[in-house]
Amino acid sequence: MTTLAPRKRSARSGGPSVGRPGAVWAVPATIFFALFALVPLIFVGVLSFTSWSGLADPVFVGFDNWVKLIADPILTKSFGLTGLFVILGLITQTPLSILLGVWAAGHQKNRAVLSAIYFVPLLLSSAAISILWRALLDPNFGIPGQLPWLFGDGNLFGKQASAIAVLTFVSMWQFTPFHTLIYQGAARAIPPVLYQAAQIDGAGTVRQFFSVTLPQLRNSIITSGILMVVGGLTTFDTVLILTNGGPGTDTTITAFYMYQKAFRAFDFGQASAIAVVLVVIATAISLLVVRLSGYDKMQSAQEGI
Amino acid sequence: MKPRRNVWAGFGSTAWLIVVALPLYVMISATIQTQQGYSSHGPLSFPTTFTLDNYVGAFTSGFGLYFINTLIVTLSVVAIVVVLVPPLCYSIVRSRSRFATGVFRLFLLGLAVPSTAVIVPIFYLISVAGLYDNLLGVILPTAAFALPVCTLIMSGTMRDITPELYEAMAVDGATPVRTFFQLVMPLSKGGLSTIIVFSALQAWNGFLFPLILTQSESTRVITLGLFNFQTQYGVNVPGLLAAVVLSMLPVLLVYLFARRALVQGLMGMGGK
Repeated sequence: MTTLAPRKRSARSGGPSVGRPGAVWAVPATIFFALFALVPLIFVGVLSFTSWSGLADPVFVGFDNWVKLIADPILTKSFGLTGLFVILGLITQTPLSILLGVWAAGHQKNRAVLSAIYFVPLLLSSAAISILWRALLDPNFGIPGQLPWLFGDGNLFGKQASAIAVLTFVSMWQFTPFHTLIYQGAARAIPPVLYQAAQIDGAGTVRQFFSVTLPQLRNSIITSGILMVVGGLTTFDTVLILTNGGPGTDTTITAFYMYQKAFRAFDFGQASAIAVVLVVIATAISLLVVRLSGYDKMQSAQEGI
Repeated sequence: MKPRRNVWAGFGSTAWLIVVALPLYVMISATIQTQQGYSSHGPLSFPTTFTLDNYVGAFTSGFGLYFINTLIVTLSVVAIVVVLVPPLCYSIVRSRSRFATGVFRLFLLGLAVPSTAVIVPIFYLISVAGLYDNLLGVILPTAAFALPVCTLIMSGTMRDITPELYEAMAVDGATPVRTFFQLVMPLSKGGLSTIIVFSALQAWNGFLFPLILTQSESTRVITLGLFNFQTQYGVNVPGLLAAVVLSMLPVLLVYLFARRALVQGLMGMGGK
């Protein structure tokens, strides 16, 4: 994004102002976007102060939903689970996608072919992926039944630890290709001269990776990390199809709990309050990461893709 | 980058290949077996029976209709994006008004709005508008949430057009409309194909909005059809997976023929 800034200036300023489009050109898209994305975002805050079951009009109830929210043990539990889910996602996907991305950045022919296969999960809908894995990991007809030495009794969805492991693994399978793509682009943008210099200094492959590649990927790690956190916080289709929040409420992460509150319990006011919490947390974490890492102050041309 | 052979990289990349490809293999092998063959031999065994009944079954249980519905949603979303985004980006890149700059910031901000968080108000708005259980109700929010990424991609493409070309058009006395159609659009074909592919993929694979905004059979899209298949025919794994394969087929075909645009569109998902 920042790399575009200087060019933007040159295209906008200077030159005759004849034949330039007015702001009118931007109006239809802006109205459309505001109506379906920004108005709802504001509206969710309003709804969090109402009681609404989906039938009659919402009724204003003040802070009721927020008071109930604080006292809800399932919600408190869901925060812990969501945090765990996000952290597990970060520590499984980040190293893997960095390694794969750097590897795929090479221009060898076999790498291109393999990369083409690696990216297939990206093309599939979460629904298709979750259903596929649900079928593959079925306790009776799936892979666990065939490999008891690896999976024990095979009922991965029956215990909390294994259910969380399944969710983490399926997220990894689904999203690693995307983050690999980010790192692949970033790794290709690293100037070869840095590696040449490192070689002259006698650095081996491993040393080059840690001293040249990783520092150069810094901004991509931040971008990809933020996407993982926000994605993990709002994941719910995978949970819905794979575990349905169970066993019990043992994999009921916050986003899924919000869905349940709204579209199963028809308590839309309560669900809106949860949604507000989610938005605030996601935004706060993104801003915090950006601030702590100094990402916003960086002007280097060697960033991102 | 690395001139000598790297054994560990070879090992690691093969391991990941197995993780990615094995489920896909099991999926396809399951769909060409009878249900009995699959459940008695297990998913990892080599198929011993061969049948196409699972695919036929998927179609007879309503998949054809879901296919058409999804196609309608996808084409409409692409149409909205193609109509709205290029003029928007033209204005963002070339207009001198402050409004255009503000709009660009707005769309950047929009990148951070997760669709999951706004499903309740969207459900409310769509219900009030009388579009609940109507494909249009799915199309509108899906298109809106595809806009930020498409705007980012498209404005990037348009910024690559050199100012000299714009000036040449201006010297010829071209109006903004003429400049747009004769200069900007022809030079933005790459970005255009990327946003088409990206928005089509979003619409085709969309699950959240159809889930909360439709309920009847006649408005069901593929992803929701899969979800319903699972709850109804969960035991018939080959039948279910045949439906999954069918849902992926169009995307895989696009991947074969338009890999470049697709990969660029996917990169766009990162908001870069």
